[in-house]
Amino acid sequence: MAHAAKVLLNVPDIKKDFPILHRKMRDKPLTYLDSTATSQKPQQVIDAVVDFYSRYNANVHRAIYELGEEATRAYEGARERIAEFIGAKDPMEIAFTKSTTESLNLVAYGYGLKGKRLQEGDEILGTVLEHHSNHVPWHFVRDLKGVSLKYVDVDDEGHLRMEQYDDLITKRTKIVTVAHVSNVLGTISDVKEIAKRAHEVGAVCVVDAAQSVPHMPVDVRALDCDFFAFSGHKMLGPTGIGILYGKKEMLEITEPLLGGGEMISEVHLGSAKWNDVPYKFEGGTPNIAGVIGLGAAVDYLAKLGMPAVRQHEMELTAYALKELAAVEGLRTYGPKSVAERGGVVSFTMEKAHPHDIASILDVEGVCIRSGHHCAQPLMDRYDLAATARASFYVYNDVEDVDRLVAALQKVNEVFG
Amino acid sequence: MPDLRELYQEVILDHTKNPRNFRALADATAKAVGNNPLCGDRVTVYLKMEGDRIVDASFEGQGCAISKSSASLMTEAVKGHTRAEAEALYDKFHEMITGEPEGSVDSKALGKLAVFQGVSEFPLRVKCASLAWHTLRSALESKEGVVTLE
Repeated sequence: MAHAAKVLLNVPDIKKDFPILHRKMRDKPLTYLDSTATSQKPQQVIDAVVDFYSRYNANVHRAIYELGEEATRAYEGARERIAEFIGAKDPMEIAFTKSTTESLNLVAYGYGLKGKRLQEGDEILGTVLEHHSNHVPWHFVRDLKGVSLKYVDVDDEGHLRMEQYDDLITKRTKIVTVAHVSNVLGTISDVKEIAKRAHEVGAVCVVDAAQSVPHMPVDVRALDCDFFAFSGHKMLGPTGIGILYGKKEMLEITEPLLGGGEMISEVHLGSAKWNDVPYKFEGGTPNIAGVIGLGAAVDYLAKLGMPAVRQHEMELTAYALKELAAVEGLRTYGPKSVAERGGVVSFTMEKAHPHDIASILDVEGVCIRSGHHCAQPLMDRYDLAATARASFYVYNDVEDVDRLVAALQKVNEVFG
Repeated sequence: MPDLRELYQEVILDHTKNPRNFRALADATAKAVGNNPLCGDRVTVYLKMEGDRIVDASFEGQGCAISKSSASLMTEAVKGHTRAEAEALYDKFHEMITGEPEGSVDSKALGKLAVFQGVSEFPLRVKCASLAWHTLRSALESKEGVVTLE
């Protein structure tokens, strides 16, 4: 790379922190290019989880004894650091779930379905580039509430057609929802503008941030969105931990999805009062180890610096787009400018189906995703059955891209 | 270590590039659609039956090299055979692609289909190789519907 002198992240050092990157895959070095599906975990996160189970495992918010107090401090400490990481005003605006999917379902149920905020004939406005997890929960709301669903389209390069918001947002619009970063095209949405447009008609803005929080600096207060959902496992944290940020006043009027212990302040036969926000959303023993591991992941990312993470991925994506363009018969999708996209590159090849590409790359130790990426409506929009997708993170460098490209040359050899 | 040449044998590549019987069958007496939601593969199998015998077979659809070549070779293999013979062939085929990579293959019964033995080293691709066969079975049962491989 021409600008190799400007080291943003010390990738060789970062790679040392990730034990899995030192294993062999089919006798080749492991080249992991599927962080959009799930990220790998640094030793620091693994240690935090092991440390919890080894030294201070106890249930949170219940135990009178010191061990339980230690566990609670670590759990709540992680909540504080996660709040700070995304610019939330108050840690009480952070609720833990099991996934982005659960967070979005919680909003769909607790804000959309319960209560009378949505009436028959009201509208929910989404986009065609959403992940299935930001489509299907709204289908539920439509089916039970008699509201209608509308969608903003994308242009051929993968940008949201922002001018469509002029017509599609109406007085009946109650919820406007959008993916911050597309998991297929990498498109970065102008969430701030979309939230502003939603608020003009009194609607709330719900953001699927699963692909943004791990990869770029975010400030939920600057974006001014009402709900913001993301996952731990895509940002170096453990699986099974999701986050729902909501403005305090929004969480107050959102009903819980799970009834049970922890989420109540008092229970009588046949009635109960909810606990305070966010605890009313955390029924049952939470994923304590997951939260503590996520806290360690946030510390790791904060130390690298999210502006540097973003810059690193932009440079790697620019390099990848340039190198991929030289592979015969290969076509990439999504915005051409790396300033307008995240570190995810979907592509197809003239001679090989994405599944065959992924199998051949697998034999070369290169892990990429192939398929519809849980975004079938977007695939339909571009009349594609499937794409191959490579995605980058803090532990990837130009050598990984070079190995990808070399393996893609093999695909052309096989299908030549 | 799995070998790419085992998976993508010449016969498979040939049938991918030049699929045989790749058309709708105007006088089909049975047809079925198969889907693999994981990868978006979709195949329609057409059969012309005379009594218990498959006198013609064809397919349409889109998919990866493995699913397309498998469908192509399947239509060649089952033509002229009875329902029971086709079922028996599928059983042998399935046994091979889910069996041991070094296991013995009844190449007399399987003929050209033996080229798919390499699939057994790539368990995630078994569904690709068997999609057309599942769809064939559904067409033989005359269930005019959609088969989905989960």
